[in-house]
Amino acid sequence: MSASVQNSHEAYRLEIDQGQLIVHAFGRWTLATIKPIDRALKADLLALGYGKVKTSGEDYGVDDTEFGGVVFDFKELVRIDTAGAFILTRTIGCHDGMCRMWRVRNANPGQKILLSAAAEASAGMAMQPPKPWYDPLSRLGEGFLNGLRETYETIAFFGHFCVILFKMLLRPQRIRWKSVFSHIENVGLDALPIVVVLSFFIGCVLAFMGSDLLEAFGAKVFVVDLVGLAVLREFAVLITAILMAGRSNSAFTAEIGSMKMRQEIDAMTVIGLNVGETLVAPRALACLVSAPILTFFAMVSGLLGGMLVTWSQGISPILFTARITEVVSINHFWVGMAKAPVFALVIAIIGCRQGLAVGGSVESLGRRTTTSVVQAIFAIILLDAMFAMLFLKMDV
Amino acid sequence: MHSVDYGKLDFSVPVEAIGIRSQFGSNVIHENLNLQLRSGEILGVVGGSGSGKSVLLNTLLGLKRPDGGVVNIFGHDRKNITESELKYFETRVGVLFQGGALFSSLNVRENIMVPMRLHTNLPVPLMRELADMKLNMVGLPMTAARLYPSDLSGGMRKRAGLARALALDPRILFLDEPTAGLDPVGATAFDELILELREALGLTIFMVTHDLDTLFATCDRVAVLVDKHIAIADTLDKVVRYDHPWVAEYFGGPRSRAAGLGDAR
Repeated sequence: MSASVQNSHEAYRLEIDQGQLIVHAFGRWTLATIKPIDRALKADLLALGYGKVKTSGEDYGVDDTEFGGVVFDFKELVRIDTAGAFILTRTIGCHDGMCRMWRVRNANPGQKILLSAAAEASAGMAMQPPKPWYDPLSRLGEGFLNGLRETYETIAFFGHFCVILFKMLLRPQRIRWKSVFSHIENVGLDALPIVVVLSFFIGCVLAFMGSDLLEAFGAKVFVVDLVGLAVLREFAVLITAILMAGRSNSAFTAEIGSMKMRQEIDAMTVIGLNVGETLVAPRALACLVSAPILTFFAMVSGLLGGMLVTWSQGISPILFTARITEVVSINHFWVGMAKAPVFALVIAIIGCRQGLAVGGSVESLGRRTTTSVVQAIFAIILLDAMFAMLFLKMDV
Repeated sequence: MHSVDYGKLDFSVPVEAIGIRSQFGSNVIHENLNLQLRSGEILGVVGGSGSGKSVLLNTLLGLKRPDGGVVNIFGHDRKNITESELKYFETRVGVLFQGGALFSSLNVRENIMVPMRLHTNLPVPLMRELADMKLNMVGLPMTAARLYPSDLSGGMRKRAGLARALALDPRILFLDEPTAGLDPVGATAFDELILELREALGLTIFMVTHDLDTLFATCDRVAVLVDKHIAIADTLDKVVRYDHPWVAEYFGGPRSRAAGLGDAR
């Protein structure tokens, strides 16, 4: 069979000679130039019936009936890099590790190595298995199981930590007071302004809404009962807890998480430091101490906000305080205060556990921090609802 | 791709440091440091810990401004070259940092695709194929393509870092301790890989290394960074015979003898 020019392009010429495909490459085959070459070559190969590979039956090999092999001619080649070599090796038509025979002429040793590397790479490239149709279902199931596992692990960690805390309380000299106080400053003192301001506004809003509504019934003075009850029982402690979840809980996760990423946690464990005692306990204790104090200040400022607004509505501060002491029982105050340490503990535990669950990547740190805040706020609301039912049954 | 006047550029010396001075506060790291990277060579830089090898690398790469002296790129002062020339340089340089410096939020394949996305306009499927090929070239299995850097071992991370450094088929490769933390088998394979890549791609390689085996196996020239400047930059035989106490200790030690260098002294 005489040589016949099958196809030509400015960068190559394909020629079929005695059952062999001869690829003459010209000019530059580099990353900057291969985009159009690749497109043209793909189309030409397909036109030659060359890109097709037998996929039916047991024979997964290359359709080699017509072409025995490939010869590359680099006589007029100016420069080739890995990208260019990769494009060239498309002509070898590798599939499942089976390639056509190929050789190269007029190439320097470097180009030969390059072409072998490219051919080897194309041969080693496996097809990605397509996702099965039930993929969304299996992912849904996985997500559900993950949720269950997460809940279980959080509760287990909580229990584990309670044991540690109990042991530490029996031997208070093991508590790291320095760390505890430093965390109290971060968690409690630094959060005080924002808690006070937010609670003040909530008190104001409550009083506004309440007085507007109750005035319609001619029962404006009851707004004092409303503000007192709502702030003392619910809002002060909820505001404190949610702010703590947003501020401190995320900080705990990030701190402990980045320590985990840099293997500090591993180092501590190996040295013999108990992570629960050194990292978790001080944070939990700091939250335990800070939350009731913050809640108390939130209550005071919430009531002040309510008082300020009701004053503008014609109820004097004297009347306000008198009515508060008269109708709002001290029980409401204690209900609010009782919830604070529970929320605090839950927040600290969730923050620390998520921090310890961080893997090696930055992404997992971000994901864990998000999870930590979401879980903490979810837990707070859930617990609050449970408390509400409990106190209702207890008649307080 | 860019409007660069190639005739103006001196390709025989892609990077050159002339009279570099580096200091942090009053702590002078380099004083009157001169070093040439010649086209096509593998240049190894050795020096004690804290002698400023990495600072030198960062200075040559433009990550740190020298406090005195000039860094030339293709024969022109880095400070005076145009934006497009700098970009031309950037697309022709690949860097492998010590820890691999892979982007931890991207998987290995995406990491390799980052420079391609930035500097080329190839279609994404082709980029993916090229990334997989680079992965294969540096000896990583295809299964590594979808792994995240945190899932890789130190050696694999280095290889992935090298694959990313090779993403744009650079002409100049900077390697910061490429074989540190690799087992001897892996290190030898890495040396062979580097030689093969040099042969195949016509690379110029600047390598900071402590590994005497690597120096012995790969480097055409060795530069010794001691006393705040490059004391000698020459072939290994000449460097080994160089008369300086630190050099004598470095190449005369038991590790050096194990690498087969001691006999030369």
